Amino acid sequence: MQPASGQAFVGRGFKYGMVWPAVLVILLIGLFPIVYTAIVSFQNIDMFGEDTSFQGGVHYARLMGDARFWQSVLHTMIFLVVALPLELVLGLLLALLFLDRLPGKQIFVALLILPVVTSPIIAGSTWRLLFDNRYGPINQILSWLTGEPATVLWTVNPVYVYPAILLAEVWQWTPFMFLLLLAGLSNVDQSLNEAAELDGAGFWKTFWYVTLPIIKPVILIACLIRALDLFRLFDVVWALTRGGPGTMTETVSIYAYVLAFKQFETSYAAALAVVIIVLLSLVVMAALRRVEFAR
Amino acid sequence: MRQSPRTLALRYLLVALALVFFLFPIYWLVAISLKTPDEIFASPPIWVPGQIQFQNYAVLFKDGDVWTIWNSLVVATLSTAVAMLLGTMCAYSMARFRTGGDHFAMWVISNRMIPPIVIVFPVFLLYVKLGWVDTRLGLIVLYTAFNLPYVIWMMRGYIQDVPIELEESALVDGCSRLQTFRLIVLPVIRGGLFATAVFTFVFAWNEFVFALVLTRSNATTFPVQVTHYFGGQSNFWAKIAAMSTLGTIPIFIAVAMLQKFLVRGVSMGAVKG
Repeated sequence: MQPASGQAFVGRGFKYGMVWPAVLVILLIGLFPIVYTAIVSFQNIDMFGEDTSFQGGVHYARLMGDARFWQSVLHTMIFLVVALPLELVLGLLLALLFLDRLPGKQIFVALLILPVVTSPIIAGSTWRLLFDNRYGPINQILSWLTGEPATVLWTVNPVYVYPAILLAEVWQWTPFMFLLLLAGLSNVDQSLNEAAELDGAGFWKTFWYVTLPIIKPVILIACLIRALDLFRLFDVVWALTRGGPGTMTETVSIYAYVLAFKQFETSYAAALAVVIIVLLSLVVMAALRRVEFAR
Repeated sequence: MRQSPRTLALRYLLVALALVFFLFPIYWLVAISLKTPDEIFASPPIWVPGQIQFQNYAVLFKDGDVWTIWNSLVVATLSTAVAMLLGTMCAYSMARFRTGGDHFAMWVISNRMIPPIVIVFPVFLLYVKLGWVDTRLGLIVLYTAFNLPYVIWMMRGYIQDVPIELEESALVDGCSRLQTFRLIVLPVIRGGLFATAVFTFVFAWNEFVFALVLTRSNATTFPVQVTHYFGGQSNFWAKIAAMSTLGTIPIFIAVAMLQKFLVRGVSMGAVKG
């Protein structure tokens, strides 16, 4: 055999040989679940028996009339539409705070980012301890501020449970927004801002008309990543309330978990999973077309 | 831009407030892990433990709960190693020969966006048949599969940043493609390799939904173990805090070493810091 020389040696064997081991493993999550779930969703498997005959769309029909499903969609949307803008605005303000020269910046950024790399289940558990009505510091701080004993049952009282979860969520992911937006802002050519300010535009006007349009792609990407995460929200809610009180904070992911692994409604849960995949695919495809990932 | 001392002081004040807000929960967690039972269940709560003592950690070792940390370590390490190996190979082919084209690349990354609950449900049914439920092998395989899209996507970006000329001159000198990959490309991208491996490890280490569904007692990872400490009537505060701290501090140290790659790592390569 000739010694390998130049491009000519690159055979199809090498090119595809490098790819297929990875692809085979990815199929475990990328093809198998979707096909298998779709099949099961048309059968009738639950804790009482395995009826694998074709059932048509009965589970899908039942899902459309399932109030608990629609409520879980509503809860997920509440978390999404409240947490995402909060994280974006707070992250942006924080990033602006760090934009100019600030001695010690590196250390501060490294410290601020710690919530992001904490396990979400640990973050949720920590907030559950903080929110504890007797031994947690949050009620203690509240009582200092109001001057009277505070006994708020944060994770039990329907009025306070959403603010509690949202606070934990915003605490964990605002630094993520901050980090990406700071990177985006740092890449903006300062001479553009200075030119605008020389022309008499104030700080906020410059920010709104000059800086913001430039960092729009970064904002879109950050929001897309966070929206996908919030869409499948599970861990923080699970740690704080397990979907309770009752089913008041149950997200779509938690409802799917309960159906599949607590109530053993295998086929019904499969139908819900298929609906989630279809909805998500539509959103992702639309979003990926708009957002250009770095190459 | 010039700034007055007053502006700078105001900025430091705001930064300090932000630091307090974002670090206080972590402080509180660590503080509880160092408190005695009396201090933990003091009302109103005590903010600083009277004397630092490691009894809460000792209990984790005595009761054997640290086994779950070991499980997490084994599962995260092995799944990261396999995902890095297969993923980097795949990424090289995609970056250099455009194998599969843009559609293939999009398919790869879209797998990362499927909600875990949707994946784990059929995988659980499969694992029941294979006898893989509550085994570390089962978790390792699933974490490898879930992390591969991320590894491929990231490493493809890092490899594309390597000038092709470096490889061409080596090819002219008689290296095979496999040799240029190993001897030229891998050393150049070692920073990106390391950073991607750490983020992959952190994901597997922190993951909850897969581990919740696929483990019972033998392969339990530490995040699942922490949720077991929350009981219906009483919570094991000391264990919650000690186990959480034990599982979180190593991650902080790992990420602290990665400042340069942080932005690119958490944004899936979409933003270059």
